[in-house]
Amino acid sequence: MPTIKSLDDLKRIREEALEKRKVKTASGQVQVIVGMGTCGIAAGARDAMKAILETIQNENLEGVIVTQTGCIGLCEKEPIVQVVVGDQPKVTYGKVSPEVARQIMQEHVKNGNVVKEYMIQV
Amino acid sequence: MKYYRSHVLVCVDPECLQKGAHELVDALQDELVATGLIDEVQVLETSRIGGCSLGPEMMVYPEGVHYVGVTPDDVPYLVEEHFLKGRLVNKFQMPTTKVVDEELGAPTQKEVRIVLRNCGKIDPENIEDYIAEDGYQALAKVLTEMTPEEVIDTVLRSGLRGRGGAGFPTGKKWQFTRQAPGEIKYVVCNADEGDPGAFMNRRVLEGDPHSVIEGMIIAAYAIGAHQGYIYCRAEYPVAVSTLNIAIQQARNLGLLGKDILGSGFDFDLEVRMGAGAFVCGEETALIASIEGRRGEPRPRPPFPAVQGLWNKPTNVNNVETYANIPQIILKGAEWYAGYGTEKSKGTKTFALAGDLNHTGLIEVPLGITLREIIYDVGGGIKDGKAFKAVQIGGPMGGCVPAEYLDLPLDYESLAQAGTIMGSGGMIVLDEDTCMVDVARYFMDFTQDESCGKCTPCRVGTRRILEILTRICDGKGQDGDIELLENLCQEIRTNSLCGLGQGAPNPVVSTLRYFRDEYEAHIYEKRCPAKVCRSLIRYEILPDACTGCTVCARNCPVNAISGERRQTHVIDPDTCIRCGICMQVCNFNAVVIE
Repeated sequence: MPTIKSLDDLKRIREEALEKRKVKTASGQVQVIVGMGTCGIAAGARDAMKAILETIQNENLEGVIVTQTGCIGLCEKEPIVQVVVGDQPKVTYGKVSPEVARQIMQEHVKNGNVVKEYMIQV
Repeated sequence: MKYYRSHVLVCVDPECLQKGAHELVDALQDELVATGLIDEVQVLETSRIGGCSLGPEMMVYPEGVHYVGVTPDDVPYLVEEHFLKGRLVNKFQMPTTKVVDEELGAPTQKEVRIVLRNCGKIDPENIEDYIAEDGYQALAKVLTEMTPEEVIDTVLRSGLRGRGGAGFPTGKKWQFTRQAPGEIKYVVCNADEGDPGAFMNRRVLEGDPHSVIEGMIIAAYAIGAHQGYIYCRAEYPVAVSTLNIAIQQARNLGLLGKDILGSGFDFDLEVRMGAGAFVCGEETALIASIEGRRGEPRPRPPFPAVQGLWNKPTNVNNVETYANIPQIILKGAEWYAGYGTEKSKGTKTFALAGDLNHTGLIEVPLGITLREIIYDVGGGIKDGKAFKAVQIGGPMGGCVPAEYLDLPLDYESLAQAGTIMGSGGMIVLDEDTCMVDVARYFMDFTQDESCGKCTPCRVGTRRILEILTRICDGKGQDGDIELLENLCQEIRTNSLCGLGQGAPNPVVSTLRYFRDEYEAHIYEKRCPAKVCRSLIRYEILPDACTGCTVCARNCPVNAISGERRQTHVIDPDTCIRCGICMQVCNFNAVVIE
């Protein structure tokens, strides 16, 4: 990536980043965001992440982007996983064990049904 | 802007969406067009109002009426009644007994997120994500449009005060550092967050590292520094790695290094790791540690602003202080000063811990009351117990009792109540807490962390701990309270740094508000909260005991005797008060006396 040498460069990168985001949502792609702050990792976010990646591989799911983020403030509900399908609002899940993660991938990401019992309000 | 006489906010949270929120919005729009009210009433989508379980839900303003369970078929009737005739429709109104979904917890609208705005929203390891959220726009504005003096003036007017705890006006500190003579100057970020139960800074560093970096570049420009250091504790490995990734990405984009944004301004940044000493959160000890010396404080003045890192003028601010800066520059000093109280502006992050329903991290405007934090944001005390006190400000802070629940929170009011803002640790204690034991716990911590350079802190904290331990062991003597008071006074006035000066606070504040508990321990040999092991006795209620022998079989010291189907008895001389018998008893027959 070229260096930013002026205000215009910065603006361009910002526009590009926003554009990339829009493409992600408009094309109906699924984003799975795992909270990987210290609290999340301590509560087992790595195992949840592993389960998510495994499910994607085993089920040959396409168009799923797995990213990570920091702590959202609900440390007692960690591990937290957020799922964004296309331009629909973000759904946040708490206490996501590997089993729950697999369930979310199956029911929400694959079949489009929110797994209500693990949903939390943020 | 167009004027609407009424606004309808329809919740489009996932749960309401499933129940047909979008269909409801469409039906409302259509009906308003049909009735010709579309220019008077605006329909908006919003997030959860609080009744998703009865959804779809909507809020109608200016009346503030909360309707739930409205289907598209109900819309014509509702629009006619409410918007044409102006009558409330009772059958859709939210039941007055508020339905709060246990799983989802209470909504926390009292929070305002400035520092934490990006945390949990962006990918901290991707600089583009930060730039998309207006990242580095403030830096661009500063470098292209503002002089260093204007930057300092903006920060001064915003009223931002040091978020590390002491609350020194940030703009003033910058001004002093800028005015200090010398060619070479430094900016340092204090990320040595060591208070037990506090993790606000960790969250910012792990979740939004670029906001801290951007804040530091702006500070460097304002005071005329070209090198900066982030002093982060080694116990935060994730934060250190996120920071290093962020710094590298900023360098690759030319946001750190030579000639930033073509302005001719140079600045670079390095992470330095601490080695686990609590005292290194004190700025002079922190500076010593960065220089490679033993982390011990030195007397101030001279302040770091005049003589800091390698004896050069140095600006030391906390993580949260720096993270506020980009938003203040972008949105203006007046916007920021719009939050908070007269003397304490803006927001503050707190780490809520202890006996609360919802523990975690929050960011609230200053001036909020403790009651709002504990009951509205924190969801109240666990298991319906009574609130006893809240320990604010970490080991250098104090305990504030129930009578201060309605105190508007700011630097001055907390000092009045006998505690400090500190970095923002907030430990809520319920009725089952022994305040002497709490004071002993914190004194154990500071005694352990005292660096030992000055005598009042090194010896004094140890003496206090001995006395407190004695009192908790039931060996308190007449005169101990007075001795404690005297010691606290001496340590506070004679210690070298903030650690010693603040160390007596937990004792002083508990003595001030819970003196009766100290007296009960010393004179009646009784622990009112039934916590101190030496002062309690486990007993078996003869009426409740079925003689099942579970307690006797589980007792690690064989202190319980009794025949099968006969009442069991605990021998108080053998009993070590471990409480196992109470945990295993199926009939609640074991009680604490």
